[in-house]
Amino acid sequence: MTYSFFRLAAEALRGNVGWTPAWRDPEPKRAYDVVVVGGGGHGLATAYYLAREHGISNVAVLEKGWIGSGNAGRNTTIIRSNYLLPGNEAFYEHSIQLWEGLEQDLNYNAMVSQRGVLNLFSTDASRDAAARRGNAMRLHGVDAELLDAAQVRAMHPYLDFDNARFPIKGGLLQRRGGTARHDAVVWGFARGADRRGVDILQNCEVTGINVANGHVTGVETTRGPIGAGKVGLVVAGHSSRVAAMAGLRLPIESHVLQAFVSEAVKPLVNGVVTFGAEHLYISQSDKGGLVFGGDIDGYNSYAQRGNLPVVEAVMEACMAMLPMLGRLRVVRSWGGIMDMSMDGSPIIDRSPIGGLYLNTGWCYGGFKATPASGWCFAHTIAKDAPHQLNAAMRLDRFATGALIDERGAGPTPNKH
Amino acid sequence: MRIPCPHCGERGSEEFSYLGAADPVRPAADASIEAWHDYVYLRDNPAGVNRELWQHVRGCRRWLVVTRDTRSHAISGALDVVQARSGDAAI
Repeated sequence: MTYSFFRLAAEALRGNVGWTPAWRDPEPKRAYDVVVVGGGGHGLATAYYLAREHGISNVAVLEKGWIGSGNAGRNTTIIRSNYLLPGNEAFYEHSIQLWEGLEQDLNYNAMVSQRGVLNLFSTDASRDAAARRGNAMRLHGVDAELLDAAQVRAMHPYLDFDNARFPIKGGLLQRRGGTARHDAVVWGFARGADRRGVDILQNCEVTGINVANGHVTGVETTRGPIGAGKVGLVVAGHSSRVAAMAGLRLPIESHVLQAFVSEAVKPLVNGVVTFGAEHLYISQSDKGGLVFGGDIDGYNSYAQRGNLPVVEAVMEACMAMLPMLGRLRVVRSWGGIMDMSMDGSPIIDRSPIGGLYLNTGWCYGGFKATPASGWCFAHTIAKDAPHQLNAAMRLDRFATGALIDERGAGPTPNKH
Repeated sequence: MRIPCPHCGERGSEEFSYLGAADPVRPAADASIEAWHDYVYLRDNPAGVNRELWQHVRGCRRWLVVTRDTRSHAISGALDVVQARSGDAAI
């Protein structure tokens, strides 16, 4: 069923009895050409682009819970491509370009809103760093504007510009950045993949990966064995556990990241604003709640909940940047399990096992990458070779030294 | 999350800084590239009991080996690294 204004009007007149489920709930087949493990945004996007770009539709997406129940539903919905290093920037810009056409492509309203992403700075050094990043973006053909304090004040007058310790001196603005509706992204890719013949198998947890003669042959699941010519692992915070089923050890640690939503208020924060003095990013949902977060907690965790010191640090950063928030109540917080890589950048690559592919290491920046991650992973699986856009996101870069270390923090996952 | 420092008693985790897995053993200086790669970059990353290095930076500044469940954050023990390596409970 294609969604359109005319369909909406016709269903409204007919009492909305004609709507059908957006995707099927099929029984697992004995075997598929490609099995994608993980029914989050990245996994569903991978299946969608396998079918759309490469004509491979005999594909299953296996999800242990319900689709989008992991980090796809546990993020702050920010999209942007303001990266510094060559191995990253072209990839994330491709993602922004896919976001820009996504709703027409999927025939689904993902509520992509290019309301701008503004990174504030408070010191000369951070202004220099912002200028360098902006120049790197523009060299890749990406929009970036360096704003002074007056320009920032015109856009966001409610910020604490004259904070004694962290005065706001300006910001780096990417107008094409913004937010998207996270659940709709999952549902849109699921529906798009399903319409092209992909089987989405929920409540189907992978319990083993079968390998014969150095080549993957299928997976064991809670719904029985499923044969596969190729298997792609897209399981975010659980990458180490699933890869261990194939005998692999990864350069990944799982960490918990918390995020917060306030009670709904009238339109206030028009765009995404990040605070350079402390780690804070904040935007306002269309329902009115302020959505914000900060650093990861900093220790290994699979618990999907964090601790109070980070809550305190995030609230302090809110008060430094936006003191009016002191009167606002936080109504909800949650934790997600991040696949923190050793250099802070992702891995989209083949594995040492034939027919087994890895998509991991998103740290806490995976949401914005959803379309490009699926697009590049689909290419890598279909062609058994990476696309130019993910050519630097190799698994063996930790051995060769060709790291993509945006933060310059070294092999310390809790510092990225 | 509160960590039972063997020197200072039970303290909030914000007094400590985290390094990571305690079990990887530093290879010899002339060990192979593969051995160094494994030591620097690869992790078991268990969902369950993890032995990990924490430093009590805002306390006694000693390095500790903390045994903690990554699924629940429950801490079952903390030893000074000297204790942990020598197996000697007294220090």
